[in-house]
Amino acid sequence: MNSTLRRIGVAVAAPLLAILIAVVLTSLVLLALGNAVGPVWQVFLASPMQGVTEAIVNDAAVLYLSGVAVAIGFRMNLFNIGVDGQYRVAAFAAALFAAQGWLPGFLNVILALVLAMLVGAAWAGIIAVLKVTRGVSEVISSIMLNSIATGVVSWLLLKVADKQEGSNATTTKAIPDSSHVPALVTTQAGQIYGLVLLAVLVGLVYWFVINRTRFGFDLRATGSSESAAVASGVSVKKMTISAMLASGAVAGLVGMPQLFGQDYNYGSNSQTGLGFAGIAVALIGRNNPIGIAFGALLWAYLNGQSNALQINAGVNASLVNIIQGVMVLAVVIAYELVRRWDKRIEARRVAAELAAGNTAGAAA
Amino acid sequence: MSTIASTSSTGSTTGRRGFLGLPRRAVMPLALLAVVLGLSLLRVATGVDDLDSSNAVSAALVAAVPLALAGLGGLWSERAGVVNIGLEGMMIMGSWSAAFAAYHWGAWAGVLGAVLGGMLFGALHALATVYIGVDQIVSGVAINLLGAGLTKFLAERFFSGLAGGGPTQSPSLPDIPSVTLPGSSALVDLEKHHWFLVSDIAGILAGLTRDVSLLTILAVLLVVATAFVLWRTTFGLRLRSCGEAPQAAETLGVNVYLYKTLAVLVSGALAGLGGGFLAMVASDGFQQGQTGGRGYIGLAAMIFGNWMPLGTALGALLFGYTQALQLRGGDQVHALLLLVGAGVLVGAVWMAVRRRVLQAVILAVAGVLVLLWYFGSGSIDPNLTGTAPYVVTLLVMAFASQHLRMPAADGVIYRKGEAG
Repeated sequence: MNSTLRRIGVAVAAPLLAILIAVVLTSLVLLALGNAVGPVWQVFLASPMQGVTEAIVNDAAVLYLSGVAVAIGFRMNLFNIGVDGQYRVAAFAAALFAAQGWLPGFLNVILALVLAMLVGAAWAGIIAVLKVTRGVSEVISSIMLNSIATGVVSWLLLKVADKQEGSNATTTKAIPDSSHVPALVTTQAGQIYGLVLLAVLVGLVYWFVINRTRFGFDLRATGSSESAAVASGVSVKKMTISAMLASGAVAGLVGMPQLFGQDYNYGSNSQTGLGFAGIAVALIGRNNPIGIAFGALLWAYLNGQSNALQINAGVNASLVNIIQGVMVLAVVIAYELVRRWDKRIEARRVAAELAAGNTAGAAA
Repeated sequence: MSTIASTSSTGSTTGRRGFLGLPRRAVMPLALLAVVLGLSLLRVATGVDDLDSSNAVSAALVAAVPLALAGLGGLWSERAGVVNIGLEGMMIMGSWSAAFAAYHWGAWAGVLGAVLGGMLFGALHALATVYIGVDQIVSGVAINLLGAGLTKFLAERFFSGLAGGGPTQSPSLPDIPSVTLPGSSALVDLEKHHWFLVSDIAGILAGLTRDVSLLTILAVLLVVATAFVLWRTTFGLRLRSCGEAPQAAETLGVNVYLYKTLAVLVSGALAGLGGGFLAMVASDGFQQGQTGGRGYIGLAAMIFGNWMPLGTALGALLFGYTQALQLRGGDQVHALLLLVGAGVLVGAVWMAVRRRVLQAVILAVAGVLVLLWYFGSGSIDPNLTGTAPYVVTLLVMAFASQHLRMPAADGVIYRKGEAG
């Protein structure tokens, strides 16, 4: 019981420490530049303006999907930096497919979602195959594949582009009205995408698979100690491939809520950089389903509130990028420090028990 | 360590004993000659004069320098065992601080600013990875996020009100002086004749000797200096030992933390200088998103170059050349397909001679496909040619990995006192 409490304490202490460090460092930056510090934090502490809450929920759902995709890899020490490329390739393919309207209404949406997952998994599969058969580091290959995805998608986009009068944006053809996913909640100032529910679903499945299935156990075992996993009959190659495919499949869903809820096409103006934000979110949440949700909400909250910075505090909205950047670095440093501090306490406890005599040590 | 020093760096075609049994020293000049010969043949065959014109070579050099500096940055860091994904962030920081310093205090202050800006992020990376022991990839990703965010904010804050500046770009900056080799105008005259081989060599030499920025010369010197310092001095040997076997280095009395920190600081400085070059030489000022993934291409160049200085520089030249051609229009890249296809077919024949059937078949099919592509299309989309550095690096890693040798303890977190 005591150790459970301590584990929770460790899990909470690090993010709080990181937020504190981010606040202090950002304040220092503001002071150094001669800006007033107070109004900035007032903006972040104020309740969200009209329409911002909806944006935060939408943003958080998308970041959650991206975070889970990264976390699946992290669980077995696989670095899927390639989520960024995977989701863009998948969103492009799904948008292209759904726009054809080969199937009626919701069937079209579901098949597009499946296609997005398959394409995401396939793009991630390249990384897995290169790693398993040729020993190529997944970090390097996913960086390369992100950039290749950028080039290939822009190239294909030009080929299939639906040129519209008076617009510079290059986009795919619009998805037919019958396949638009209705909003979950519509308010005066905005809407919450229907496919936000995907994030909830993925979160539940992720929790179940990681904690309640053989696959999840093998995944965590391989991540904790590869040699121990091999000794107990786990095939690391097979795990690498399946983890990477699962990660890519979830990554494929990242672009979906916005595609079917607002944009209805994929184009040069579609959101980018979600994969890297997903890495940050997974790091803040320590790959835990609830932790990632916290990280995603925090990240989205900062994004949403930053819009008011210019008006209410006279500071550029991009200040939020500094806060987020500092926070990621601070959170990983804080986790490492807390982990080491925890280990030292543990070592001291064991040492104390051993010193107290061998008889008492057995009971602990 | 002497085995590392003597490992060949030029990739798969030049083995340890030298290609085709030639003496090792002759391999490089002959390879260079072969490349020039190939380009001249291609130029004459396709009529695309801009393939190796002095302008194209000069543009390639300008494109290659930031990649080479980023690659060298990666080399310093990884040779000391610290993976540096944060090169991109360090470059961005370098480009902003170069613009800021150059605008206020002149061109050379800009160079210093670039170095300091990159070093600042290098210091962050060193603090997180060396002293605290954070995963090196994680720290690098965080530094990239921070670099993009910080420069965005700082650009809005400091360049917005200035004449010619704006929230996403700096005013135009003072120039770094350029130099031209006296008497090289003769080369330009020679180039104009379009004689086979002679004009090609003249064009290439003219591109390399005329109107060269002093920063480019500095970059070349830094490649040489890196090779010298890391492979010919005690300091370099100790630094590399931290990347190969830090525990062993510790038992020999090397202060591993110190060497790793110095290496990452130099890494940041070089990447920052690469960013500064982008802002001051390659363009007229800082622009948001200017680095455009060049930190990653630099990393790719380093891997392509097998974690060696000369190889990294060659990789940067190759990738810079494709970038420059891409900006100058699709014709040249299209023409290059012919060369690539022919080259791959020669490789297939070579493999067949060596009785490596599988490789020969794969290469033959690839070569035919490339040639079909050449004859089947009029041009290549620039979006696709932009992916060339990444595809080449993936292919090198996938099919020539037995020739690649990264530092043994690269990416491994080292804690003091582990040697026991």
